[in-house]
Formats: sequence, structure tokens, C-alpha cells
Amino acid sequence: MTTARADRIAALKAAAKQRVLILDGSWGVMIQKRGLEEADFRGTRFSDTPGQLKGNNDILCVTRPDIIADLHDQYFAAGADISETNTFSATTIAQDDYHLDTQAVREINLAGARLAREAADRWTVKEPHKPRFAAGSIGPLNKMLSMSSDVNDPGARLVTFDQVYTAYREQVQALHEGGVDLYLIETITDTLNCKAAIKAILDLQDEGYEPLPIWISGTITDRSGRTLSGQTAEAFWNSVKHAKPFAIGFNCALGADLMRPHIAELSRIADTLVAAYPNAGLPNAFGEYDEQPHETAHELHEWAKDGIVNIVGGCCGTTPDHIKHVADEVRGLSPRPIPERPAALRLAGLEPFELA
Amino acid sequence: MRPVFVNIGERTNVTGSARFKKLIVEGDFNAALDVARQQVEAGASVIDINMDEGLLDSKQAMVTYLNLLAAEPDIARVPVMIDSSKWEVIEAGLKCVQGKAIVNSISMKAGEAEFIDQATKCLRYGAAVVVMAFDEQGQADTADRKVEICTRAYRILVDQLGFPPEDIIFDPNIFAVATGIDEHNNSAVDFIEATKRIKDALPHARISGGVSNVSFSFRGNEPVRRAIHSVFLYHAINAGMDMGIVNAGDLPVYDDIDAELREAVEDVILNRPKNFSPTERLVDLAPKYKGDKGVAKVVDLKWRDAPVGARLSHALVNGITEFIDADTEEARLQAERPLHVIEGPLMDGMNVVGDLFGAGKMFLPQVVKSARVMKQAVAWLMPFMEAEKLAGGGGPREAAGKILMATVKGDVHDIGKNIVGVVLQCNNYEVIDLGVMVPADRILDEAVAQNVDIVGLSGLITPSLDEMAFVAAEMQRRGMTIPLLIGGATTSKTHTAVKIEPRYSGGSTTYVLDASRAVGVVSGLLSLGERDRLQAETRAEYGRVREQFARGQEVKNRTPIEAARKNRLKLSDARLPEPAFLGTRTFVEYDLADLAAHIDWTPFFQSWELAGRYPAILEDEVVGEAARDLFADAQAMLKKIIDQKWFEARGVIGFWPANSVGDDIVLWADHDHPTELARLHTLRQQMVKAPDKRNVALADFVHPVSHGHDWVGAFAVTAGHGERERVEAFKAAGDDYSAIMASALADRLAEAFAEALHRRVRTEFWPYAPDEPFDVDAMILEQYQGIRPAPGYPAQPDHTEKGVLFKLLDAEKTIGLKLTESYAMYPTAAVSGLYFGHPESHYFGVGKIDRDQVADYADRKGWDLATAERWLSPILAYEPK
Repeated sequence: MTTARADRIAALKAAAKQRVLILDGSWGVMIQKRGLEEADFRGTRFSDTPGQLKGNNDILCVTRPDIIADLHDQYFAAGADISETNTFSATTIAQDDYHLDTQAVREINLAGARLAREAADRWTVKEPHKPRFAAGSIGPLNKMLSMSSDVNDPGARLVTFDQVYTAYREQVQALHEGGVDLYLIETITDTLNCKAAIKAILDLQDEGYEPLPIWISGTITDRSGRTLSGQTAEAFWNSVKHAKPFAIGFNCALGADLMRPHIAELSRIADTLVAAYPNAGLPNAFGEYDEQPHETAHELHEWAKDGIVNIVGGCCGTTPDHIKHVADEVRGLSPRPIPERPAALRLAGLEPFELA
Repeated sequence: MRPVFVNIGERTNVTGSARFKKLIVEGDFNAALDVARQQVEAGASVIDINMDEGLLDSKQAMVTYLNLLAAEPDIARVPVMIDSSKWEVIEAGLKCVQGKAIVNSISMKAGEAEFIDQATKCLRYGAAVVVMAFDEQGQADTADRKVEICTRAYRILVDQLGFPPEDIIFDPNIFAVATGIDEHNNSAVDFIEATKRIKDALPHARISGGVSNVSFSFRGNEPVRRAIHSVFLYHAINAGMDMGIVNAGDLPVYDDIDAELREAVEDVILNRPKNFSPTERLVDLAPKYKGDKGVAKVVDLKWRDAPVGARLSHALVNGITEFIDADTEEARLQAERPLHVIEGPLMDGMNVVGDLFGAGKMFLPQVVKSARVMKQAVAWLMPFMEAEKLAGGGGPREAAGKILMATVKGDVHDIGKNIVGVVLQCNNYEVIDLGVMVPADRILDEAVAQNVDIVGLSGLITPSLDEMAFVAAEMQRRGMTIPLLIGGATTSKTHTAVKIEPRYSGGSTTYVLDASRAVGVVSGLLSLGERDRLQAETRAEYGRVREQFARGQEVKNRTPIEAARKNRLKLSDARLPEPAFLGTRTFVEYDLADLAAHIDWTPFFQSWELAGRYPAILEDEVVGEAARDLFADAQAMLKKIIDQKWFEARGVIGFWPANSVGDDIVLWADHDHPTELARLHTLRQQMVKAPDKRNVALADFVHPVSHGHDWVGAFAVTAGHGERERVEAFKAAGDDYSAIMASALADRLAEAFAEALHRRVRTEFWPYAPDEPFDVDAMILEQYQGIRPAPGYPAQPDHTEKGVLFKLLDAEKTIGLKLTESYAMYPTAAVSGLYFGHPESHYFGVGKIDRDQVADYADRKGWDLATAERWLSPILAYEPK
């Protein structure tokens, strides 16, 4: 028996074979533009929550669903095939800063998934030739499993693997129940945190949850070409390959020009789809992103033309206009063919190890 | 040729190393980390970690050790093997590694259900797995049983669980030989035979084993044990053993074992009874070898020879704590006051760390680690500073200071801030961290209440910048005067200068680029002697930044490319003969003995860090003896290389009709029918030249079309086929000296090959100097007509031109020479380049070039400007946008 979701996943995989898929752009910038006040974030649901809620964008899934639905619509209208749920920080660990409990975090994820689901369905009905998909955004945590929290004790950690696992497991469950078509573990700064999320997803699958495609997107933080936790691109791939990801890629921190070599590296080594959604360049001295929609689109067009990507989109600083330009530019280009790699024992520390 | 073998370091195993066990039991984790570091430095590509010891909470010890290890980038760069007989210890370990580890081990000893459960977990955590040849009946001893159990496990893993076969490593059990019990005589043979059969029958699976078991009967006689290990590995590796837990640094090379001992060991390992018992003979022979010294370990401690300041710097940069107390003490004795050690050599070292970090040459975990070394050094100095204070001499150390830090309102990012906090703390500053999303009021109330010396603001997201400016304005409104520091990913010096600093004229505002700079800035701002100067400097600098920002920039000091082109070198009318052939010619199995005669030995000594020219260096007063020993060893190995054909030299050369067109060189299919075959792009010097000097480009060495026919040649040679296998084999045997020697000689042979072929080109293939005498010394001094410049070198700094070259020569197909993504050649012992024959052609450096030429070059290459700037970044005369 196939479910409606299984049909959608099949459609997603079919679409990825035919063309370069488009992801949406930044949410932070778009929400910031609304100039929302504490009251908007708080709504009635969180009127008693202590501390400040302004800036907690994820909570808007519950308190201002109209805005979130509108953003999904704007990005789908711009030509995105996939839009992300507004749940980047919706884990109990990340929301602890805002004093939100497990139940509230679950509500955010459920609401976020439903909003994206409904928007995708609306657009699929309107344009059946171009089905739209909802990706469940699973962001990094502000606490890392591979890096010390205290210089006097390099072994110190603020959280355990099991705590991280539980936080992600709750988020994954809620996103699944809310109806997302795939998971997007993104902006990964610490591969061990990501591995906890992967295990949560795979375990739920073992327990009978319908398997959904997994998209894994790391972050190369600077010109060192490493993740924040110190891994090279290839070591990162070796470390997460067991998830059998639907797509692997990088996002955030860098603009397209600086990200390109790392995407090219993944393109060479990864026998799955390669995805990239860079920032709109590097921020200028004022923290704003100057890269214009046609500039981002030009760069990503080159990548698609050179056959190094299967999915493109935007991260910090990109807008529906950026996504529209990107979608227009890559239309008609063939997606990167998936390379076959010879079987080899591939391990990783901070650097890759291969025994061919 | 020996296959590749992976050494797994065994010294971080409490069951294998008494010393490591003692360190762990006593909780000396720092020294225990040094054990791992030494193994990685000695060439272990994976390290095995085992904490199975009755006295220990093994699970806790595993977690503690792995978490500590994660903070040591020079160790953590290699994968770990999590080794325990207890699954709970393994699982706890899997929760601590971000990379992909190997689990050692699981088996069917308690039945299939448990095996399946544990294997599934390995899949979920993402680990490769060692499977012991162990089932419900027990451990496999005969070859048949080993193969049977491994096959059964393989089928379950691959067919039932979908385990990737390449992630399966079998350990078919290595048992002791020469125990005196006849049934054990065949132990090694059983392992070797099983290895072969498993590798044949089970695709992609690997074989590993704990090698030291095999020599168990000779406990106490290390030389004989090492000989047994070496002989055993020699045969097991040839049968297909891929990896082993073995102390590589200790193993003698098979060929170097005393012949008598080797034969006796071989009879035991291969179970070759003659008219006597091999075991008895080896037992009789063993005491004779007991006194032998083990092979010395190769750990590079050359940095220890440097002056103390450089040593402190090295320890800081590399995060080494081992010698820091002694070095700090030495520096203290040389300094007037203990404080001067901190402010002098230690801070100098931290600044090096800061610069490397700023340049992207070190990354975060290393910097945090450097800070730890700093802390240890400061801790050493503390009692002396206290004593100085008590004695009333020199005055106390300036109170280190209190710093309040916060991520501003609306922002929850704090990793960077935490790191800055950590770095400051280990430099003895008191850090008050208010956390994230802290409103301006609270930051400033606390600053006043706690009487802090400095306020540091952090933020990562865009709106935080405005909030920081607001905090600055509030400080001004409240009449505060203490320094304000700004940091975080979206902040910048320009933003700080333009938007923040002008709002806080009552105090100073300083932008801190990254964590490693924090200490320098803070110590400066808190030093009574320097504060005013620094603040004035910063204020002046930010003023300039503002002006510059308002004005924009742009300064020029290069010759415009058009003018440089007008000043090109114009060839005289000298004509070269036509090459003997057009197109390419390939050479395989080139005579190595002939190449040996062309070797330029001076760079060989440089590669061993012996300075001086050959042959004078052999008689040098300082390094002569070392040079002679080295040269003798080199000659001995060179003889083996030639006699036993260790390496194969292959080369390809080609010639084409060509003319210069502007700064390009166009290669024609045929002079009479000039269709463009390929185009070489060259770069032109843009430095300002004296009136009689030319702005040269390689294109100048070829006649333009208007001057008629001309030619260029190209070549690629390698002497590296076979090198990697040879080097790996030496490393596997722990013989780094020979490994390095083999690499150095392969490099020399490749260079000699380029030289030898170039000579044949001049006299034979493009005979413009047919009568040139054979004189190696003259050749080394390049006293001949024509040049052979290589892309990536000063005359053509653009490495990507190798792509054109390789395509013309079809080098990958003709001689198996490949280019990597960044245009490095593989095998690495290789040389490629162009041939120019004109008497006026000469080597030169392009030097720095300006944007006009970069844009023009980008056009010619079909690149965008950014791509050109990336590839040409070392020679840009300007800052790319």
C-alpha cells in the first residue's frame, strides 16, 4: 500500500532526476522585514512565558501562522520546489533559552510542518505539473558534542549525546506527524550533533515511522575549509554517509564564490544528490547582504551548468526575488549525474581515511 | 610489490601497554594523550583505544579519553578504533566520535540475535565493524572454521542487514605459535590461509588481527618477538591481510632481520618441520638475540634545539604541553621578572597563533588548545609572581582584570563568545559571562555593580549590530569610560569604526577580529603603560577607516598591461630548425641507470635539510659526515631501485607548429593549414622597468604569425610509478628513513628525467644544438640554449595551464600521470613543462600583476574575474573585491 506521502516522495525523486531542484531562501531576513514586536511573538498562547520572546522566529508558527504561510507562498510563487518549515531552532535544547517546554516545542514543530504541508499542497493543486514539497528544518544546537565548554577541562561538555538525541527525536517525530515530505538537517557545525539527529531518524524508521528522505547540509565556517568542529568536506561526508542521504551539501557562512570549491569536492565524492544554498555573499561591514538576486543566480547558474549540483537555494540574506532569479537561471539545465564510486573502506577523523 | 597495509596504533590500549594502563588508572590523561600523539606522529593511520581493565570504570574512561582526544586536532585527524569486549563500552564510545570509527569487535559468540542487534546499532551510529571469528561453539582455530564463521557473519550482515561489505573487517584470530603444544604449530598458517580464502570468497571484506598474540611464547624477549611479527606480517600481508594492531615503529624490516634468525622464525611461522623441530630450534636460538636494541623511534624533536622563545612559540602553535614547564622555567631564569615571560615570548607565541588563525591556517580547536598551553605556562609562573609580590620587589603583576561579556539582546549565538571567554580565562582574566540575549540595561548595570574593567559584546546575526551601537550610546549617556570590545561573525572593523565608536566618545571602542586576538587587545587596554597609546592609536586608525570608507580606495603602482605589451621582448631573427617529429612521443620503462647519471644531488641534500652544494657538501666541516652517510645510503638504495626496478620512469614529449598571438601562444594543427589546436595562455610582467629592460611574457619567446613558422614543445615525465607502494611498505614496516629516502630519490629521478629528455630534445628531437657536449655540471647550471618552464612556477604562475599541457600530451593515458582538482600531479615524482628553443628565451618571474591584466587573462581563459583572482591570488598586486 502506498501512502499519499510515499507518492509525493516518489514524485520528488523523479523530479530530482529531471532537473535541478530549487529550495527556498532565507527566513530570518524576511521575518525581520516585518518589524514584529514582542506581542506578535508572544500571542495569546505564550502570554505567561517569562523572558523575552522577540527574536524567537520559530514561535511564529504558532503565534503568527499567517506570516509563515505567506512566506511559504512567496517562495513557492518565486519558483521554489521545496520550502522549509520554520523550525530551525525548534528543539528543547535550543528553545531552553526562551524558557519553552517540551509541549511548546512540539506545538511549534507540528504547526510549522502543517503550514508548510498546506502551502505545498495548495501549490501542487494549482500547478500539478510542478509538485511542491515541504522539508522539515532541523537546525544545529547552541551546545556542541565535540567541543569543550571549558578550557580548563577540554573533556567538558554541556550536553550528552543522549540529550541531543532525545531533543532531535522529539523534533523529528513532530515534523513527521505534521506531514513533512523530507528532513533537512542543516547548518551543521558539529558532525556528532548531526549523527545524533541521524540516529534519531533511523531509529524512528526502525520503529515503524514511514521512511522519509534525509537531506544533510553542513557548514564550512571560513577559509580554513573546515566545519566548526574541524572536519574537512570529505571527512564530513564519510561521517554521515551511513544515513544514505537523499542529498548532501553545504549551506550558510559563505557566499557562493567561497563555497564553490567545497561543493565541487562533494560533487566529486558523493554518490547521492548534491545540494547547496549559500548566503547572499558575505555580509558587508554593516552585516547586510549586498549580493543582488541576479548575482546569486549567475553564480548558481554556473554551478548547474558545470554539473556540480542537483539542488540549489539560498541561505542568509536571500529573498524570494533571489530565488526567482535562481529558478529562472537554472531552468532547463540538466542535474548533476550521480557518480558511481568504487567500494572502499572510508573512515574519518577530522580528515578522511580511505583504504581502497 | 607489497600491498598497502594499515597500521593501527596499539599503544593506547590498556591490555597491550602497561605504561598506558598505568597512566589511565592514575588518571594522568594528559600523558595518555601524548601516547596517542606519538603514535599518529609515528605514522599510525588509525588508533585503537581500549580501556578493558578490571580496576577501571571502562565506560567512563573511554568517554573521558575520547572527549579529551576530540580537543587535540593533531590526534583527532585520524579515525579511531573503539576496542572493547563489552558492548556498553563500545556504545558509549560511539557517542563521542564525530568521525566514522571502527568498532572492535562484535561476534556471534552469544548467538545471532545479539550479533544482529549490535551490528544494526553500528549501522545507525555510522561505524565500520571488526567481526571476530567467534560463534556459539567458540573461537575458530582451523582455517576451515575461520572461513565458515566469517562467511556466515558476512551473509547475515550483507544480505539480512544491508551492511556495506566494504565496512566489514574480519579478525580471524591470530594465535600463538611455538608454544610447545603440537596443535598450535599450524596457528599462523591457519590464519594466513583463512585470510586468503576469505578475501577470495567475500568481496570487499577486509582482514585485521592483533599481531602480538602470535609471539606470545617469547614474552620477555622483544627482539625475537619483533622478528616473529615482521615475518608473520610479511606472509599475512601477501595473503591479503589489510590492517593490524601493531606497533609499527618497533618492527624490523623483513630483509634486515639476521638471516639465521629469520630462517628459524620463518620455519616456525610457516610450520615447516624439517629433520628437527622448528620450535625447538627457535627456542634455542632466542637467547642469543635478546640483547639487541629495538629500532629507535622516529619522533621529530628537532624543535627542541631552538632557542627557548622559539620553543615556547612552537609549543603554543602545536598545542604541546609536554615540555612547557621546563621551557617556561628556562625563560623565567633569563627574564628580569616572571611577568616579562608572559608579556614577551608567551604573548609573541600567542600572536603567531593569532596570525595563523586569522590567515585560516589554524582552526578553532587548535587555538583553544594553544590557549591551554598558555595557561599551563602562566600557572608555572604564578608562584614566582606571588613571591615577588611578597618580597615587595618589582611590584605585583598588574591585576589581570575583570571582563564582562554578553551576547546582545535578540541574539542567542554564543559559541564565539564562549571561546573568547575561554581564551581570556586561561590568561588569568576574570570573565563574567552574562550569557545570551542580554538587554543593554542589564549589561551596563552589571558592569557598574561588578566594577569591571572592560565590556565585551558579541553577536552573530545582523540586527545585533544595531543593538551594539545602542549599547555604546547608552554607555556614553551613563558617562562610562571603560573600554568596549566588539566581536562576532557579522561585526567588522569598518562597522565598528563607522557606526559604534563615534557613539562612545567617553571611552574607547575596539573591534576584535577573533578569539586569538582577544588577549592581546585586552592586555594592551589594561596595561597602564600602554593603554593611552593604544586607545589613541585605535582612535586614529578608526578615523582613517572612516575617511577611507567615505572615500573608497584604489592605489596603483604597476605598468598598465597595454603599456607592458608595447614593451614586450621582440625576438631576433634567429631561426630554429624544424623538430624531428610533430605530435607526441611516449617513453616507457626509461633506463633508470641513465637517469641516475643525470641526478642533481644538491636538492637531495636540501630535502634532508642539509645545506650546501654537492659535491662540496661531502667535505663540509659541519654536515660533511652526515652528508656522507646519507649519500652512501642513497647510493645503496638507488642501486636497488635500478636493479630491482622499484620504480618505472615514463615520459611523453611533443612538438607543434606555433605562433604567438598577443600574450597567448597558439598551437596549429599544421602551419600550412592553420587551424587552432590549442592555446597556451601566458602572463606578462607588469613591474615598472628600466628603459632598456622588457616586460616579458613566455609568449615573447615564440615568433608571431607575421614572422613565419615557429614551434613549441611540451613534456611530462614521472619516475613515481611504484613509489607509493614502496613507501607504504616501508612505513608499514616502521622504516621511515627508507620511506623518505625512496620518495626523495623518486623526486630526483623525475627531475633527472626532465633534464635527460631536455638534452635529447636539444640534440636529437628538436636539434637546434646538435653538438652540445654532455656535461652534467653545465646542465645543472642551465648553461644551454632554450628553457623548459613549468606552469605553477615564476614564469607562468597559473597552475591551470597544466590542464592544456596534459591534454596536448594526453599524459594520463600515455604515461599514467594525473592532475588533481588543484592541478597537482600524481604520482608526485613528476615534472611537466614547455620547451622554448630560442637563444633569447630565458627564465624570469612574472611578479605581481594588476587588475587590468587579470581581467584580460580571465577573458582569454573564459573565466569570470573571481575565478581568475582565485587562481592568481599569490601574484595579485591588489586586494580582490
